[in-house]
Amino acid sequence: MNIQRAFSRGLLPLVAALGFMTAASPVAAWEPTKSVEFIIPAGTGGGADQMARLIQGIVAKHNLMKQALIPVNKSGGAGAEGFLELKAAKGDPHKIIITLSNLFTTPMATGVPFNWKDLTPVAMLSLDNFVLWVNSEDPYKTPKEYLDAVKKGGPNAFKMGGTGSKQEDQIITVAIEKAAGVKFTYIPFKGGGAVATQLVGKHINSSVNNPIEAVAQWRAGSLRALCVFDDQRMPYKDKVTATQSWNDVPTCKEAGIPMDYVMLRGIFMPAGVPPDVVAFYVDLFNKVRATPEWKKFMEDGAFNQTFMTGKAYADWVAKAESLHRDLMKEAGFLAKP
Amino acid sequence: MEEINALFHGFSVALTPFNLMLMVIGVVLGVLIGVLPGLGGANGIAILLPLTFTMPPTSAVIMLSCIYWGALFGGAITSILFNIPGEPWSVATTFDGYPMAQQGKAGEALTTAFTSSFIGAFFAVVMITFLAPLVAKFALQFGPPEFFSVFFLTFCSFIGMGKEPPFKIVAAMMLGFALAAVGIDTVTGQLRLIFGWHELMRGFDFLIAVIGLFGIGEILLSMEEGLSFQGRTAKINMRIVIETWKKLPKFWLTSLRSCIIGCWMGITPGGATPASFMSYGIAKRMSPDGGKFGTGMPEGIVAPETAAHAAGTAALLPMLSLGIPGSPTAAVLLGGLLIWGLQPGPLLFVEQKDFVWGLIASMYLGNIVGLIIVLTCVPLFAAILRIPFSIVAPVIIVICAIGAFTVNNAMLDIWFMLLFGVMGYAFKKLSYPLAPLVLALVLGDQAEDAFRQSMLISQGDVRVFFSNGLVGSIMALGLLMLFWPLIGRMKAALRKSAA
Repeated sequence: MNIQRAFSRGLLPLVAALGFMTAASPVAAWEPTKSVEFIIPAGTGGGADQMARLIQGIVAKHNLMKQALIPVNKSGGAGAEGFLELKAAKGDPHKIIITLSNLFTTPMATGVPFNWKDLTPVAMLSLDNFVLWVNSEDPYKTPKEYLDAVKKGGPNAFKMGGTGSKQEDQIITVAIEKAAGVKFTYIPFKGGGAVATQLVGKHINSSVNNPIEAVAQWRAGSLRALCVFDDQRMPYKDKVTATQSWNDVPTCKEAGIPMDYVMLRGIFMPAGVPPDVVAFYVDLFNKVRATPEWKKFMEDGAFNQTFMTGKAYADWVAKAESLHRDLMKEAGFLAKP
Repeated sequence: MEEINALFHGFSVALTPFNLMLMVIGVVLGVLIGVLPGLGGANGIAILLPLTFTMPPTSAVIMLSCIYWGALFGGAITSILFNIPGEPWSVATTFDGYPMAQQGKAGEALTTAFTSSFIGAFFAVVMITFLAPLVAKFALQFGPPEFFSVFFLTFCSFIGMGKEPPFKIVAAMMLGFALAAVGIDTVTGQLRLIFGWHELMRGFDFLIAVIGLFGIGEILLSMEEGLSFQGRTAKINMRIVIETWKKLPKFWLTSLRSCIIGCWMGITPGGATPASFMSYGIAKRMSPDGGKFGTGMPEGIVAPETAAHAAGTAALLPMLSLGIPGSPTAAVLLGGLLIWGLQPGPLLFVEQKDFVWGLIASMYLGNIVGLIIVLTCVPLFAAILRIPFSIVAPVIIVICAIGAFTVNNAMLDIWFMLLFGVMGYAFKKLSYPLAPLVLALVLGDQAEDAFRQSMLISQGDVRVFFSNGLVGSIMALGLLMLFWPLIGRMKAALRKSAA
């Protein structure tokens, strides 16, 4: 590997400079010399997995990279397995990872020794939204009506379903409880799809599914979207259901729940990779973002399409980390040392 | 009939030379994937998914679902020949399949397995064709208590069925539960039983345990018995297929029962693994030859294989109509649907008629193509047993090691595999049963989640398991299964005292 890297970084430009190649300008740019491992710190079929496999498909279809991009699921220990592998692969330019909020929550909740600072931030691809859903047969039309009913029902009477424990869904649940002065019974499930189905089957009262996890049931009229936990409405104005577009769903703030939360869908690399390697991947993801497949995926899943790289991205991550620490501390989710 | 029309339209979509070619390629790839332990249907489809992005969605899903059928067929091959189940749902097939192979009846066992798989899958496809919207709603009734009751029923239908003393069965099962508990706890989000060793946090994967316990354990045992495989007299000609087919119709009742169990478990979605175990357990109870199960009875292959395939096929129904995958492979396929711009869910049947009915038609065709391919290869597979053990054994060990490594791309798993191999050997020497351990390891995690979710919902009230007709009757059935031997004994005692 070291030889390969030395070759790609040191020898190639040298060879070019010696005049063995006629085209001098493009050789300076780094390119992968073998297939790139795309680690998914979550199981197959989830949101991160879908996005990673879509990216793999786009890269293959549009020939954006000479080498193959190979997704590998490393979901052990709530994703810690994947992050630890990347931490150990210091300086390896052929490994990238897609993150979800478990980048922050897993080390905080379990005490597994890693932090995003052990990695090199590459790019923020988008931010995933969360929506408060109820069953459409229930009478609640607005978040206020629902939360009033929860308050009236007494503590623990209403059941909130979500993905995993001490992760984003439960953090949002605790934040709603704080903001509205109510108390849910939180029921953790293994995946977002299961949560949406449980809500359709009325085994739980509400969920905070990502749009893409619940959109099929929303379109079929089984679920009702009460509000979105972003600080602005989702921008997509095409009708998704018979009467509503994503843009018609109010923010929870304007509906009287003073909180917001979005989840990072971003790319990281091992620490200690040179800047031209990072530049290569930033460029790659810029090309991915320009494809029609990616645009359609963003729209279907009602993603917040913020894109960031470099320092802006690192600053955003640092801010998100301290936000998660505060939320988890308040909720009592931090691992005991 | 509207469905018939739609189905024939589906056939017209699926039956192009290009699609037929994809079917054959898919089935062959699938069989290969099923034979290699560790690769598995889900992994295989995940690897091949990007290849299909350039195809039209209908062709792509036809090829992927044919890989799925092929993998379902292929899983039985190694279970029967070498006692190494390539997939979780093939474990129950080893109980009678491997003894049959040892008695020189490998061809018969393989034919029985493939034919049963086909019948199970076919039954499920017919059900999907005509009852799809109706059945899909049924899946919605399953909340955590209902899921737990299904797992409970699986465990109960399995207890007390072995020849071993009940305490040995319970001991093996408890060890399985303990192994299943290692890693992250979904309900609290904490790591447990890893003793500060972070490599352990991904837990013990079922496949590594099974490859070790069954595969390596079996090889250790054969080595002790003088390096010989006992299946060398296997007949290898095509007549074996016809001869076996003549014997199969008498198992129609087991077959039908297994189809129903499989469909039901696939939809709920309990999945193929509990379906195969439950079906085997119930067949053993109900069959007049129940006492001889485990010694190489064809009926002991019919039951799990039929149920596993009915479940595997039926699992695609909740995926298409509700967007919930009934199996890991279905989950990867679901991701594929999204990438092709199709949205699984209640509206898929309305908005994407071509796609849905093309897929359903390809299920019929894919299964027929699959059956033909695997049956013609029966003599070939059976002939593998003629190769001397000293050549086969190292190959098996290498394939097992690759399989164990592939699961998580971790070297440590190969060491675990060898450790499990020694454990499997010790279990057999001390006549502890392996099956309950494997069952507990596969389902322990999900059963625990379902139980604890139920307890959260009911605030710790156990009566939640009898709170409605559905969950109550499944639990009652489970208890009945658990105490069946006792009930039988009580009946006999009553009769004696009356006489």
